[in-house]
Amino acid sequence: MERRSLAFTIFIHAAALLLAVVILAPVLWLFVMSISPTADLSAKPLRWWPAEVDFSRYALLLSSVENSAGAAFTASLWNSLKIAGMATIAAIALAIPAGWAVSRTPQVGWSLSMVIATYMLPPVALAVPLYMGLAYFGMLNNIFGLALVYLTILAPFTTWLMKSGFDAIPREIEASAMIDGASLFQTLRIITLPLAAPVVATSALFALLLAWDEFFYALLFTSDLRAKTLTVAIADLAGGRVSDYGLIATAGVLAALPPVLIGLVMQRALISGLTSGGVKG
Amino acid sequence: MSGSWMTTRAWLLMLPLLAVMISVIGWPLVDTVRLSFTDARLVGTEGSFVGLDNYARMLSGANFQRTLVTTTWFAVISVAAEMVLGVLAALLLNQQFYGRTVLRALMILPWALPTVVNATLWRLIYNPEYGALNAALTQAGLLDAYRSWLGEPNTALAALIVADCWKNFPLVALIALAALQAVPRDITAASMVDGAGPIARFRFVILPYLVGPLLVALVLRTIEAFKVFDIIWVMTRGGPANSTRTLSILVYQEAFSFQRAGSGASLALIVTLLVTVLAVAYAALVRKAAGSAS
Repeated sequence: MERRSLAFTIFIHAAALLLAVVILAPVLWLFVMSISPTADLSAKPLRWWPAEVDFSRYALLLSSVENSAGAAFTASLWNSLKIAGMATIAAIALAIPAGWAVSRTPQVGWSLSMVIATYMLPPVALAVPLYMGLAYFGMLNNIFGLALVYLTILAPFTTWLMKSGFDAIPREIEASAMIDGASLFQTLRIITLPLAAPVVATSALFALLLAWDEFFYALLFTSDLRAKTLTVAIADLAGGRVSDYGLIATAGVLAALPPVLIGLVMQRALISGLTSGGVKG
Repeated sequence: MSGSWMTTRAWLLMLPLLAVMISVIGWPLVDTVRLSFTDARLVGTEGSFVGLDNYARMLSGANFQRTLVTTTWFAVISVAAEMVLGVLAALLLNQQFYGRTVLRALMILPWALPTVVNATLWRLIYNPEYGALNAALTQAGLLDAYRSWLGEPNTALAALIVADCWKNFPLVALIALAALQAVPRDITAASMVDGAGPIARFRFVILPYLVGPLLVALVLRTIEAFKVFDIIWVMTRGGPANSTRTLSILVYQEAFSFQRAGSGASLALIVTLLVTVLAVAYAALVRKAAGSAS
């Protein structure tokens, strides 16, 4: 271990404190805004901590009284959950066989490379035909339509993660099961998939985060509570005439809660996924 | 088992994925190319063939040129700042100090925050009347009067870049930290015995381990930054006076606000081409770096 001078130790701790403040201050402020009475948020000089803590906005947004701000918010929350859930399940279902095939038969690998190269495509390059296509099939402003479009983002990513996962499982285990008389699908079901379960879980979490985060397609392809997602609802609030900034902050906290919890709990798995080259798109 | 059957089986297993990818990526891309040669509207008219008119008009327009400059500024400055801050934070997190585990865990926060929430948060912080930035700077005596950070053309882009960096530098830090942890301790120890100072140690001992992962992060972040839409749409919608309008915002306006699908498609393909050229150039760079490292 390297020995350090006192001055260096102090410098390191000061720098760490600065980094902690930089990371935490904006997030904490979002939370403080969400629990501050409106008067405190428009006070000059600004009050950095509310005189009286006020959690009523959370109750307001999560209530489902008809035509309230809460009804719009909860509807978009449900839409986001359904769309992210459906798109994730579909992406994993496509990724498992394809990822396994590429892992075990490198000759077909070039097709996966092509699929992954689509990551470079800006969504605007697909948006116009997708819009016209969804309109043609009557799938605009429809959660199934949006979930299908989300596969453009989720499927390449999950397939690539699953392929790296299968690469780490020795072929010999599969070969020995087959020699014992198991069919291919038995082998995959009994041997390979249980071994790949952690990778499936990591891929699914990444997919959920990506879908939860998506904004561009949701903005284009949804128009009302039937399909509008949380990200669009929040952008509407932020860009609209809402005078209560605390309400916008509350919506932000609620939308951030699931991914932040997943991020903190799954830290190790997420970081190893990130550093192996995959980065949230 | 014979090789050809293995290959056939692999194609069969990939079929569902490829079918979906062709219908939601392949076909739309081909159709964008077709549309780019027409004067089609988003709704209604099919449009007729106009050759390269759209491309000529878009490339020669002042809008495109100005937007390209804005996008380049946004991408270069935000990615450069993210790289520098990320490496500095990683070097720090690789040192011994109290609370290191907690701070490492906290780095995931900005990354996990949805982009739209991040944009909304900073929009509130920059608020001209009640924002925390104005309040903090005036209370600290650094600012005489409240400013409209996102409302003035000369500060809006910088304000956006700060918000983007805050969200993305921790990711670079986590990638760099993982690379730093792979540096064998005896090598750093040996370099110290040999009398290498901290700068020489960073340059010749640590940096070679960082180059590969950082280049990958650089490529992905640059592509992302060139495609940027969400954070800008939520914070400024490209304003004020189009000072923060990036290429993706311009395509959105052309194709969806003005419903000119044809010229919007041609613009989208120009953007795609730019991103592809960037990516290919970078890929060559990464390969070269990987070659010289081994």
